[in-house]
Amino acid sequence: MDGDVVVRIEENPVTTAGAVARAKATAVPASETLPWLISAVLVGLALYFFIGIDQGAVSVFGDTSYVHELVHDARHFLGFPCH
Amino acid sequence: MEARSFVLRGVIAGGVAGLVAWLFALVFAEPQINAAIAYEEGRGEAEEALAVAGGAAPAGGGEEEIVSRGVQATLGVGIGMVGIGIAVGLLFAVAYTLLHGRVALRPRVLALLVAGAGFLTIYATPFVKYPASPPAVGSDETIGDRTALYLVMVIGSLVFLAAAVAVTRLLRERLGTWNAVLVGGVVYVALAGILMSVLPGLGELTINVVESGPRVTETPLPLRDASGAILYPGFDADVLYHFRVASFTAQALLWGVLGLVFGGLVERRLAKNETAGRAPEASAV
Repeated sequence: MDGDVVVRIEENPVTTAGAVARAKATAVPASETLPWLISAVLVGLALYFFIGIDQGAVSVFGDTSYVHELVHDARHFLGFPCH
Repeated sequence: MEARSFVLRGVIAGGVAGLVAWLFALVFAEPQINAAIAYEEGRGEAEEALAVAGGAAPAGGGEEEIVSRGVQATLGVGIGMVGIGIAVGLLFAVAYTLLHGRVALRPRVLALLVAGAGFLTIYATPFVKYPASPPAVGSDETIGDRTALYLVMVIGSLVFLAAAVAVTRLLRERLGTWNAVLVGGVVYVALAGILMSVLPGLGELTINVVESGPRVTETPLPLRDASGAILYPGFDADVLYHFRVASFTAQALLWGVLGLVFGGLVERRLAKNETAGRAPEASAV
């Protein structure tokens, strides 16, 4: 019985113990990844802004409200303030 | 794995989650939104008829349509849902990358936990104070104040969760993991509760108080004549309820799919590394 379990752990690459150990071994050092992380935050926030907020309370695309009108339903449904 | 791998997988998982939320929105959001728009138009007509009867000149012509309702209700809502899926997928990937390998959780469990934290802070906690509202609920004049207040709730929730996690880590050795997490939960709820009680209700904004007296929300009241008789009803409570339940469910779906798909993709990638001659973290994405 015991032997059986050990064999199965070795065969299955995503058992809990194995996966935790692997994840621990591969912690990502912050210095190498910083450019990726910073760009991801910037793009993520920009998308969040354009879909949720732009041309409502504030607007970077000037006086038209095309963005606002296009994503209008999603904006309401996602919980953003809208009118 | 590198940060690039996580960010790309965040975009993929977020896009998939957005597609699922889009399908959900087509079925469950659009009927409520259409009912809300019908209410808004009916009320507008009633108000104008009233004004004309009172001697005002007819306003003539409705609002100009920039994007047709047909596009808004299909493509527009899709762009919004998929776009927000990718947006939160990117932010999620950053949080996940910083935690990966630093906590004793297998990747798919960590992914679901981070997604749950995102749902809690970015949507669910702000929703308690300022719930999602269909068209017709929410005044044009207060959009600036409402946006600012909503963002205060979002940022506050993120800060409070960080504080709760810090408290949990401090107490973990003394109280054990279970009790430390419970204390962290109490800290989060207490801080969020304090912020909610300090911030004004939308009906308490000055413009709204001047127009219709102090109220908690902006949900339209019935239109009455001078004697108090109802000329046009208030906003349908059932439409409001169904819209909000659907909104909450869609966000749970969005974050849930994001966490599950992302966790699955990461574990599959790690398993591939493992089988590929035990030479992981080489150059593949």
